[in-house]
Amino acid sequence: MAYVPLADQDSEMEMHHPHSWVTKYVWSQDHKVIAIQYGGIAIAVGVVALVLSLLMRMQLGFPETFDLIDPSSYYQSVTMHGMIMVVYMLTALLLGGFGNYLIPLMCGARDMVFPFLNMLSVWVYALSVIILLSSFFVGGGPTGAGWTLYPPQTALAGTPGHDAGIVLMLLSLAVFVVAFTMGGLNYVTTVLQYRCRGLTMMRLPLTVWGIFTATVLGLFAFPALLVSAIMMLFDLLLGTSFFMPAVIESGTPLDHNGGSPILFQHLFWFFGHPEVYIVALPAFGLVSDVLSTHARKNIFGYRMMVWAIIAIGGLSFVVWAHHMYVSGMHPYFGFFFATTTLIIAVPTALKVYNWVLTLWEGNIRLNAPMYFAIGFIFTFIHGGLTGLFLGNVVIDLPLSDTYFVVAHFHMVMGVSPVLVIFAALYHWFPKVSGRMFHEGMAKAHFWITFLGTYAIYLPMHYLGFLGVPRRYYAMGSTDFIPESAQDLNAAITIAALVVGAAQILFFVNIFWSLRNGKKSGPNPWGSASLEWQTPDTPPKHGNWGDELPTVYRWPYDYSVPGAKEDFIPQNVPDGDEPAADEQHFDLDHGVSKAGA
Amino acid sequence: MALAVVIFLLVIGSVIFHFASPWWFTDIAADWGLIDFTINVTFWVTGVVFILLNLFLAYCVYKYRHKEGQKAAYEPENHRLEIWLSVITTVGVVTMLAPGLFVWASIVTPPDDATEFEAMGQQWQWAFRYPGADGIMGTADTQLVTEGNPFGVNVEDPNGQDDVIVTAPEMHLPLDKPVKALLRSNDTLHNYTVPQFRVKMDLVPGLISYIWFEPNKAGRYDLMCEELCGIGHFAMRGAVVVETQAEYDVWLDAQPTFAETQSVAAANPAAGQAQYAVCAACHGAQGEGNQALNSPKIAGQSPWYIERQLKYFKEGVRGGEGDTNGQAMTAMANMLVDDTAIRNMAAYIATMPDTAATPTVTGDVDNGYEIYDRNCAACHLDNGVGTWYTDAPKLAGMSDWYFVTQISNFRAGIRGLHPSDDYGEQMVGMATAMSGLEEIEDVAAYINTLR
Repeated sequence: MAYVPLADQDSEMEMHHPHSWVTKYVWSQDHKVIAIQYGGIAIAVGVVALVLSLLMRMQLGFPETFDLIDPSSYYQSVTMHGMIMVVYMLTALLLGGFGNYLIPLMCGARDMVFPFLNMLSVWVYALSVIILLSSFFVGGGPTGAGWTLYPPQTALAGTPGHDAGIVLMLLSLAVFVVAFTMGGLNYVTTVLQYRCRGLTMMRLPLTVWGIFTATVLGLFAFPALLVSAIMMLFDLLLGTSFFMPAVIESGTPLDHNGGSPILFQHLFWFFGHPEVYIVALPAFGLVSDVLSTHARKNIFGYRMMVWAIIAIGGLSFVVWAHHMYVSGMHPYFGFFFATTTLIIAVPTALKVYNWVLTLWEGNIRLNAPMYFAIGFIFTFIHGGLTGLFLGNVVIDLPLSDTYFVVAHFHMVMGVSPVLVIFAALYHWFPKVSGRMFHEGMAKAHFWITFLGTYAIYLPMHYLGFLGVPRRYYAMGSTDFIPESAQDLNAAITIAALVVGAAQILFFVNIFWSLRNGKKSGPNPWGSASLEWQTPDTPPKHGNWGDELPTVYRWPYDYSVPGAKEDFIPQNVPDGDEPAADEQHFDLDHGVSKAGA
Repeated sequence: MALAVVIFLLVIGSVIFHFASPWWFTDIAADWGLIDFTINVTFWVTGVVFILLNLFLAYCVYKYRHKEGQKAAYEPENHRLEIWLSVITTVGVVTMLAPGLFVWASIVTPPDDATEFEAMGQQWQWAFRYPGADGIMGTADTQLVTEGNPFGVNVEDPNGQDDVIVTAPEMHLPLDKPVKALLRSNDTLHNYTVPQFRVKMDLVPGLISYIWFEPNKAGRYDLMCEELCGIGHFAMRGAVVVETQAEYDVWLDAQPTFAETQSVAAANPAAGQAQYAVCAACHGAQGEGNQALNSPKIAGQSPWYIERQLKYFKEGVRGGEGDTNGQAMTAMANMLVDDTAIRNMAAYIATMPDTAATPTVTGDVDNGYEIYDRNCAACHLDNGVGTWYTDAPKLAGMSDWYFVTQISNFRAGIRGLHPSDDYGEQMVGMATAMSGLEEIEDVAAYINTLR
């Protein structure tokens, strides 16, 4: 199939160069500025969610000492923390932030395919965040229905924020889906249509593969969230009964009849499970590139990694009901969903093996991004393995809705992606700013975050084994929970406060380094992939100066035998750097000349 | 280097933590040893993978860390190794999945001889129903629920007449008999969990879900709601008592059938009036209360609440240590000989004119509103009149000073912690919404505006 990159028609591309401060920094159509806007908003709203989690931890660890929240605000914190972190922080930062910054650069493109739509995307996202946060200021406050927003609870008087709060939440989600779709269409079309000359799909960095696949998942999954939000809004505002059966509210029967609460759960998790991989796949991609670069070694099993990403993405659509084993759905579903869920462990495990095998016989430079990346491997192994407990339907029965679940998904979906995000932020900071960060501060940030989060979540699994239920404002008295569990809770809270406070190191480092960091030069890590080969650092609008790059090789030519240096940039022709000897790996021909 | 050592230590530390920590599953009390078996298989498989993978990771970081003159290998792929790893992983996954599916097959098929019972959840209490002598549960519907028929049992259905109704949140089960729980909810999702039984299942309004188990160890177990069901979720507690068949039969016989709950003779206010003279000495002839005698206003309070409190005083559930005024009430309540006398008394009090009590407490009404609206209104309603549905008494127009003492008692552990105070324990949890006397008075001041 002859592939003619759109990028070859360079002259046809309209650049929309900024004319004023406003068009440069506010209504900017430059993917790099949009990326920073996305990232900035996501991190800011993530800090709000972090503070909420610390409030909850203080209540759980020291219920007698702190009087910061009451039952109502506890459940509101649970809800807002979860929703913000999953959707408004992780999804927005990984796709809107890293996706925007890296896709055009790694594809050798001047910008996204639809820069105007891209600009709209970030501002509609900002609008969704404003709507979400405004629910803190309305009567009744934000919804406290849990981030899963299960009906009929969302609508009943026994739930905080059951009037204005939930409506704003649903509205905000609907607006977010609009923003995501505008961005997502850009990421997909840019990867498919704007790759530069020579850049075949099998020469793309895994970061692009991860973000590309995650975006495709998102484009299929988010509509399920959108329709469930709209249907629930109808139930709330128009009195329909999509999800509302006949129920009693505080002693008074409501007019609803015949709706299905479980239907909502199916729709929610049809979005919600792929959402896990919408967060995980970009993280997988980013960490692959960080590991390969700093190990000075090609990523091991590139093709296997690509197929694993695609397989995980596909399978993620047929595992959703493993969140619903105890929901009251037909129990026979358990056989199917337990099987599909455990099958997904195979490609996921292969990715872990390949990361570790990338380090094998490498030349590992242990700098801060690499610390975070290796820390990620550890936490992801831990979180992945505990998923095998919960995915296996019979083990889910005792552990579902306990702290084991909380510990599991925070290891795999909280700590792991966040470690990757920090790895990636430190790794690409020199390209974005032109300066180096403070290595010592970054390492201190790593140690506290990595060890601190393990101190939070390892013991938390054991609270779950004991049977301590999650989403309890206070434990009250039980016969089966020993008093020592409260000591554990207190210790976890202390660790959480330390980790929370340590994040200040990150912000100090970034802001200090923007002014005072030493100049990094264009390619401080000696990285082979395309984004480090731009003529300017930070890259200017349009990225590539007068001429777009041409790609001659895959992005992982590190330590190629016979080469002068331990990396060969993607845009260096075969003839210049070492003669394509027998050892050289060329996926363009679909075979490894390394001979396996 | 440090990183390699730390990863090594984390692996060793995790293993030590696992074996040294006192925290593990509570002893199993149902015939689901197969679940524990599957957990153990999974634990060992994943445990070995955890140790091997991370030790290998630590080794790689240590061995291949950057040194002068070192060069990395160039090895893009190794098909044989990748195939081997896929096969081994698949074997590990099958080892865990296979027993899981077999056990699930028995979990989804209750044995034919399993006897049924119904657990019904509503915000934020449990209630139970047993099929009675005919072994068949009568049909029921949320839309038929009333104060007198809290299960919404269909009165037309003959199968329902002998159903045994248990409105207290404590249920009993016979030892070593398979039982099938039919789960039903009147409002939101709830979840039936006894950690010692290992199994759990959601209660879903609009349908009946089920789970089965065979309790094999006598005892009294906590029944927890483990699906977020609103603000009182954490305080929705019950108990399951597992006992011998003989003890169980005695207990079951003592519970009323549905027909009996429907045919209770109407209360006789005149009989209550005859006995009220004693009460009038403190609570006043019109039940208006007397703060000097620590006697709250009782006129206007819901009859079901008065009945319950009188029983609690009689049984010593209220009026325990630290509650001197409550102890005085115990002696008085004992003068009501049986449930009928108590009902008659409550019925008489219900005939009294309900004049709002004079406010005695002042506080920050706005702050009181904030707290009340967020935490109290869910049960006691926006206008403070309370409802039987959430077991919430009337607060508006009642004695504000009494509200202050009782909330203080809940906070101090004087009230609500008696094992038989099924409804008071919730207030122990909820009373923490007020940080101290000042906020309690703020809420009382706000309630005074609701009269």
